[in-house]
Amino acid sequence: MAVEVVGPKNVIITAKLDKLVSWGRRWSFWPLTFGLACCAIEMMATAASRFDMARIGAEVYRPSPRHSDLMIVAGTLTKKMAPVLRRLYDQMPHPKWVMSMGSCANSGGIFDTYSVTQGVDLIVPVDIYVPGCPPTPETLYDALLKLQDKLRKGGSLNA
Amino acid sequence: MLDEKIINSLKERFEDSILDVGASSGDSIVTVELSSLHDVLLFLHSEFAFDYLLFITALDYPKREGKRFDVVYQLRTTSTFDEIRIKASVAEGEEVESVTDIWVSAIGDECETYDMFGIWFKNHKGPGGEGLRRALMPDDWVGHPLRKEYPLKGDDFADKWTEKYLPEGQRHQIEHTRMP
Repeated sequence: MAVEVVGPKNVIITAKLDKLVSWGRRWSFWPLTFGLACCAIEMMATAASRFDMARIGAEVYRPSPRHSDLMIVAGTLTKKMAPVLRRLYDQMPHPKWVMSMGSCANSGGIFDTYSVTQGVDLIVPVDIYVPGCPPTPETLYDALLKLQDKLRKGGSLNA
Repeated sequence: MLDEKIINSLKERFEDSILDVGASSGDSIVTVELSSLHDVLLFLHSEFAFDYLLFITALDYPKREGKRFDVVYQLRTTSTFDEIRIKASVAEGEEVESVTDIWVSAIGDECETYDMFGIWFKNHKGPGGEGLRRALMPDDWVGHPLRKEYPLKGDDFADKWTEKYLPEGQRHQIEHTRMP
């Protein structure tokens, strides 16, 4: 990126388009409101004033998958819920990312039972796994920053 | 401990249908015949104002002689906050008279008990007149998970359920390696 001053009021900034788009995208994730269990409480805490996801531009939780580009699967995914999760994922416009939050979403966690999907990656592709039961807001924050890194290194279409 | 008066009037009214009277943690437990279960509950509701049904559930004793399940009703009266527990034994395939005509809150509890144990409640009436249906598991589920013989990690049907709605190609493909 370069900045060129061509007069008292005119400045030209040149940049690679993809870097510019990626910069815009990674600082404005629009997560889908998708709390499935107790992890959602930590997700809400992250979005609220103390931890404040607005600082990295990810505070706009959307109730519709068509408005969002980040799906935070926060909690236990039951088998009954799995087709719904897939449908919501399919309804999200590209580019889109999936974060698997907490042990239950990662691998089924302690619920190795008849009714629980053993990991959301069996249903949708996952970009980042957040460990913890439940992960603290700091962990979720770290995961968001790591996801930003992924976009920064891989370009805007790294989805 | 519940007022002796209630227990005595139950015994007086239903005589042989009252099989056993006991107590646990300050609650009276009355075991009754299944055939008079609905009448006992209606009697407690109308005569002693047990207007609050806390829960309905069931217990499974697969190795017990005779009837396999116990259905359990926990009642409370909101005037004195006394509680009473009514139990009745149910055999496999036997039907229980629904109490949705006494307490509306029984709708969910009966659906859940049917879902988990496979005990059928006859004359069950949902909010829109629906019949008894599964509450927690999907409608097309096979098996009743809280029965003792149901495997914890699910049977073949449970393994294949997701595939029915998300066949290969419609979901993400990944190989999990499991720790031994």
